[in-house]
Amino acid sequence: MTKAVVHAGVEKVATGISSFDIIAKGGLPRNRTTLISGTAGSGKTIFAVQFLAAGIQAGIPGVFVTFEESATDIRKNMLSFGWDLAAWEAEGKLAFVDASPDPSIDTIEAGGFDLGALLARVQHAVRTVKAERVAVDSLGAVFSQFSDQSIVRSELFRIASALKAIGVTAVLTAERTDDYGPIARFGVEEFIADNVMILRNVLEAESRRRTIEILKFRGCDHQKGEYPFTIVPDGGVIVIPLSAMHLSMKSSNVRISSGNAQLDEMCGGGLFRDSVTLVSGATGTGKTLTVTQFLEGGASNGERCLLLAFEESRDQLVRNATGWGFDFEQMERDGLLRVVCDYPDVSGLEDWLVTIQAAIRDFKPQRVALDSLSALEHVGTRKAFREFVIGLTSFIKHEEITGLFTSTTESLMGGDSITETHISTLTDSIILLRYVEMFGEMKRGLTVLKMRGSAHDKAIREFTIDKGGMIMGRPFRNVTGILAGTPVHLSPSDVERVWARADSEADAKERRRPT
Amino acid sequence: MTTYLLKLFVTGASSRTGTAIANLNRICEQELAGRYELEIIDVLEHPDLAEDEKILATPTLIKTLPLPLRRVIGDLSNTEKVLLGLELQLKAHDTPTGGGALQ
Repeated sequence: MTKAVVHAGVEKVATGISSFDIIAKGGLPRNRTTLISGTAGSGKTIFAVQFLAAGIQAGIPGVFVTFEESATDIRKNMLSFGWDLAAWEAEGKLAFVDASPDPSIDTIEAGGFDLGALLARVQHAVRTVKAERVAVDSLGAVFSQFSDQSIVRSELFRIASALKAIGVTAVLTAERTDDYGPIARFGVEEFIADNVMILRNVLEAESRRRTIEILKFRGCDHQKGEYPFTIVPDGGVIVIPLSAMHLSMKSSNVRISSGNAQLDEMCGGGLFRDSVTLVSGATGTGKTLTVTQFLEGGASNGERCLLLAFEESRDQLVRNATGWGFDFEQMERDGLLRVVCDYPDVSGLEDWLVTIQAAIRDFKPQRVALDSLSALEHVGTRKAFREFVIGLTSFIKHEEITGLFTSTTESLMGGDSITETHISTLTDSIILLRYVEMFGEMKRGLTVLKMRGSAHDKAIREFTIDKGGMIMGRPFRNVTGILAGTPVHLSPSDVERVWARADSEADAKERRRPT
Repeated sequence: MTTYLLKLFVTGASSRTGTAIANLNRICEQELAGRYELEIIDVLEHPDLAEDEKILATPTLIKTLPLPLRRVIGDLSNTEKVLLGLELQLKAHDTPTGGGALQ
């Protein structure tokens, strides 16, 4: 986990921070200083402590230099992430250099000075615990402790080069006033360090979205752009490396049952094992039923299934399933089904992704169903939503799990939803469920719109729901415009003419085929 | 008669260290002749003492006694500020306006 990665001449240190090493293409450049700049509350201190904590957990000692919060406060605050700094100090794996201001001491400046004592303390601490990692939090706070800014500026340069000279990999934090503005408050911080990273905590549409961006790594490569991250209670910073996920996707030719033999047939023999299918339809068209069948199809094969339900309560789901003749509670007792059921708004999309990934790692399901994506759509911004779907689909595929997501269309007849337009390209298969108005009666139609890598039935079939699930019927041959939401009935003679021609062509083809 | 206990933290034998020691000796001889004790500590030799006192800058002069504790940082070239930091201004000139020392 913390082995060194050689990259383009500059060696990197795997930080051990979840997924950060992926976007950093191996980790932080060894023996260099990296600036972490961010606004208040963007997670700088957590990242800095985590850098040390991950090192200590892998047997690499560290030194934390604090200019802002007292060591006592940091010890207390970091316990909530599961990092017992005091214990590590007692074991000689961590040392604090507490340079936080002491308001009880009056200090007067009378002439030129340097920060020689600070440097001596840092070097002493590094020697004492044999540290390979140093975190400094934060540079801006040094400026506020002294009135002579030019001295502080040159002294910080001296300390940064001294850190390199003693062979440690260091992170230095700095405040910035704006999420999109100058890199740091005093305008010099970015020149003190070799590398610059930015943590953002942007308020978009009433919700906070955290991102991490590597701005520059001198002499080595990294992923570009902003990556979402989240901070969780017992893990700290978790980066969601979207582009990296794409690369590792696998593809399988193994087919599995959707839980409905007729639907399998329409899909050309079933769903692919590590594929993600989107089921889209208006309310009541049978999305939850499709999900239920999908889960039952898995459980009856002895596969573990995870249901992520954001629309209905657990009891409602169980009752619905019972109505269709499926026993969710028995499946749960058999250890084949786990239901994660919550209000979508209880956490941000990044947190949901982390929660879902944790549930998948824990339960190790072969099938995952999510009902519905539309419920999550309004939790964050469109961008955050798209990232969530990318993150989830790639994770599911990577784990070789079959996924089935539902999405609710806004209008009863036809139409599409934001969810669809945003994620249709990310899913492998799309099944549309639509209401079709026929002579004063609402009928349900189903069509397989897309099936990546496979032939499939192109017809829009009528289906009925009864105890036992979905029963496919005949294609709507005498209706057009179903998907557009404006069904038009054709006269039987028109229909016959069109299909007669199609049939005779097919017959002709059949006759030409050599026997 | 109060004895002043002073500690001066310096980094190695730099020219700034020399200036600070010379300035301090001069001020002490003028204002505190015979009633001060001065300890000079090199942070390169005793980083642990700097850690205990949470010293960042050198030179740093600490007045341990009489209370309250006062710190003056810099090469002590600004005599007026040094006297202010040691609360000697008031005693030397007996000016009633130096109220800060009375708190």
